[in-house]
Amino acid sequence: MLILKQSLFEQIQAHGARDYPSECCGALLGQDSGTDRTVLGLVPLANQREDSPSNRFEITSEDVRLAEKAASDKGWELIGWYHSHPDSPARPSEFDREQAWPWYSYIIFRVEKAEPQEMRSWRLKDDRASYDEEGIEYIAGAPA
Amino acid sequence: MPVKVMIPTPLRQFADKQESVHLEAGTVGDALSALTSQFSDLKRHLYSDDGRLRSFVNVYVNDEDIRYLQREKTAVQQGDTISIVPSIAGGAKA
Repeated sequence: MLILKQSLFEQIQAHGARDYPSECCGALLGQDSGTDRTVLGLVPLANQREDSPSNRFEITSEDVRLAEKAASDKGWELIGWYHSHPDSPARPSEFDREQAWPWYSYIIFRVEKAEPQEMRSWRLKDDRASYDEEGIEYIAGAPA
Repeated sequence: MPVKVMIPTPLRQFADKQESVHLEAGTVGDALSALTSQFSDLKRHLYSDDGRLRSFVNVYVNDEDIRYLQREKTAVQQGDTISIVPSIAGGAKA
């Protein structure tokens, strides 16, 4: 289960609406108890795929390192990533699967005509063949 | 040469949950080969089916990207640190 504060959920949605029709992306910082994960903060990032931003996103290794440092500075972990699918379903594409890492939580949400829609979270299976969906529990509260 | 290889968080589960591993290697390729021999489940996440490093797998020797050195043929010296750092990509349509 991925536990997500309502305020962070709204920040992710707003990022997707703001960047539409491009895909938005960012890092999920938080804590992993071994059974549940709690998102405690976000690092919104620039989509580096300038050639095809409406159906591709990329986060450089330099930005990954920045996100890791932002997490460790707060005593948290970098637990995953979010990105939008403009006018496309909130499930991983084949391209998503080919590029994915195990362990991380991947939040994907649909943005339809600049309006954020459903949000789902996915984790790549260890054999890389497919994903497991990870339930999202929304809780009240402001960012930590 | 004894070198240290830093394992990124998402792959530690396949390396006995270790943050780093010490290996004997003369090149980056040797080190990655030794690493995947020791922890075979790492291989599918680092290499594609054609045996090449996946595009989102970035390797640094002491903070220098091997793409700007001699890639996997980059020589390593005693005490060097090899870091495997993810980049993240995806998108809506295949």
